[in-house]
Amino acid sequence: MDIFLQLTVSGLSTGMIYALAAAGFVVIYKASDVINFAQGDLLLLGTYLIFFGVAQVGLPWSLGVLVTLLLAVAVALAVERLVLRPLVGEPIISMIMVTIGLSSVLRGVTGAIWGPNPRSFDSFLPAGDIVLGPATLSAGRVLSIPIALAVLAGLGLFFRHTRDGIAMRAIADDQQAALSMGISIPRVFGVAWGLAAVSAALGGIMLAGIVGVSPNVASIGLRVFPVVILGGLDSIAGAVLGGAVIGLLEVYVGFYVGHGLNLVVPYVVLVLVLMVRPYGLFGKEVIERV
Amino acid sequence: MSLDCGVFHTRYESDMGLRPRPLQRIRLGVFALFVLVFPFVASPYWLDLANQVAIATVGAIGLNILVGYTGQISLGQGAFMAIGAYTAGLLTLNFGVPWGASVFAACLVTAAAGTFFGLPSLRLKGLYLAIATLAAQEIVEWGMTHWTAVTGGTEAIVLPAPVLFGIRLNSNFNFYWLAVLTAAGTALFAANLLRSRIGRAFEAVRDQDVAASVIGVDVFRTKLLAFATSSFFVGLAGAMIAFHRNIITWERFTLSTSIVFLAMIIVGGLGSIRGSFLGAALIALLPAMITNVGRAIQDTAPQAASLLPYAQQAVFGIVIILFLIFEPRGLSKLWENAKDYFHVWPFAYRRGETRTG
Repeated sequence: MDIFLQLTVSGLSTGMIYALAAAGFVVIYKASDVINFAQGDLLLLGTYLIFFGVAQVGLPWSLGVLVTLLLAVAVALAVERLVLRPLVGEPIISMIMVTIGLSSVLRGVTGAIWGPNPRSFDSFLPAGDIVLGPATLSAGRVLSIPIALAVLAGLGLFFRHTRDGIAMRAIADDQQAALSMGISIPRVFGVAWGLAAVSAALGGIMLAGIVGVSPNVASIGLRVFPVVILGGLDSIAGAVLGGAVIGLLEVYVGFYVGHGLNLVVPYVVLVLVLMVRPYGLFGKEVIERV
Repeated sequence: MSLDCGVFHTRYESDMGLRPRPLQRIRLGVFALFVLVFPFVASPYWLDLANQVAIATVGAIGLNILVGYTGQISLGQGAFMAIGAYTAGLLTLNFGVPWGASVFAACLVTAAAGTFFGLPSLRLKGLYLAIATLAAQEIVEWGMTHWTAVTGGTEAIVLPAPVLFGIRLNSNFNFYWLAVLTAAGTALFAANLLRSRIGRAFEAVRDQDVAASVIGVDVFRTKLLAFATSSFFVGLAGAMIAFHRNIITWERFTLSTSIVFLAMIIVGGLGSIRGSFLGAALIALLPAMITNVGRAIQDTAPQAASLLPYAQQAVFGIVIILFLIFEPRGLSKLWENAKDYFHVWPFAYRRGETRTG
């Protein structure tokens, strides 16, 4: 039972980081219909920026997080303006390839600056263990779950109540109608990329605290796909639930089944979901009219 | 197929010909001559690169049939190449099948696998299909590394060099002829296929699938046929890679392989045979070019060597992005622009000249 609890905590904390990455993905998809293959690399950027700020420059944690978020937003806005804006209205293949190209550039640049070796530094998450009955849980992992949930809830509230959030939903619903109501599409696209960067950077910061800093972080970008397909491509709540399910599934399968099956099980789920319910648990079902 | 300005066909043969104009034939002849002379003057290093380009061309044409002509996005190229490579390799190694037969069998097996993975295209379109093929790629990749009984897992499989007409194709010089012939045959087949009834159906499905079904194209069947044809050549490319290196390792067939091939057809030009070749050449040669630049500046900047892999990765991404932004139709379109310019030279219309007012 204690093992089960440990697995659950570990799965949930990983799942919440997936959810943070997925939420950024969902925000961009919702606003601009762009499938962002560089989401994992935004996460990677987040881990390296916090490492740079805290371990290399020596900033205190609070300031380090702030600087990381600002820099990540700056990068995302630049990317949106320089790379995505010229391609508005291009076919899906162009959108997919341009974010793949972006991912390659980000990986090359972070690799050139910080090298291939994993780095570690003192986490802001407490290092100790929490003893809960028979189980010993890593405090950092336990704490990361409420933090991620708070951020995701914030994103959800943003969509529901703020002006930009509502504008974004309007654009997602019908771009032309939104335009004719005076909503500025460039502004909304910018906000979407900024938010995605914030969400990914926060995920990256927590990941840096839990598992350290290494180029492998970018591989989470691919885990985002099972998460968002399961949850629904345009739903934040779906991203949270999808993240939790995929995170838990990975650790349970990894421990109870083994054989490296945990690496492939998210994609099996992805294929099953696509066959049965392509729009996911909470996604909007698109009906095609001719 | 575009019509050239100032060219009037007076016979059906010239109207239907692939390269009806004398200048086109001369250009093809010059290129063929270059291909024939090249191996005798090139260093082994360049021969190796040429073989890589020829094999990549086969794979890129295959992918272009699916993505460029039929509009079905696939991120599973690496997986299909793996199926081709492992089928050919294992048939030769475990069952003693002659290499030619096992390559052909590999093509058929890959075509069957491609058709199977194409089944979701009945329901899924665009990005959903892209994500489904991504999942297929990940699952096949996992199978390659974990199904040890068949694939040997992460261990490499070593193959004997193929023998053609009593000549062992164990050097790049000998293999060159096989690679070039295969690439040329693939290009010819694809060019002919795409102006046939089937090829037109592919394009109709890409441009507007509902309209295609209204005029009597069986959309699902056409999509499956595109998956099968495309995978046939992709499997061929995979089998060729296996016999070129005489070794099969799973690292050659990962998601990055899929991405590299997509980059080739984007940079070369979607829906263009010439573009498949140009893109394959540019993307296959890109790492070598960057390595050479790195070597050249090694004396002035000694850190350059350690940065090379990252520079390759970043430049790869930048090339894709620049092409998508500035010339989405790729090198093929650039080549056509150059041709059109000289076609009417020196009377080319240039933008801005009419604004003399």
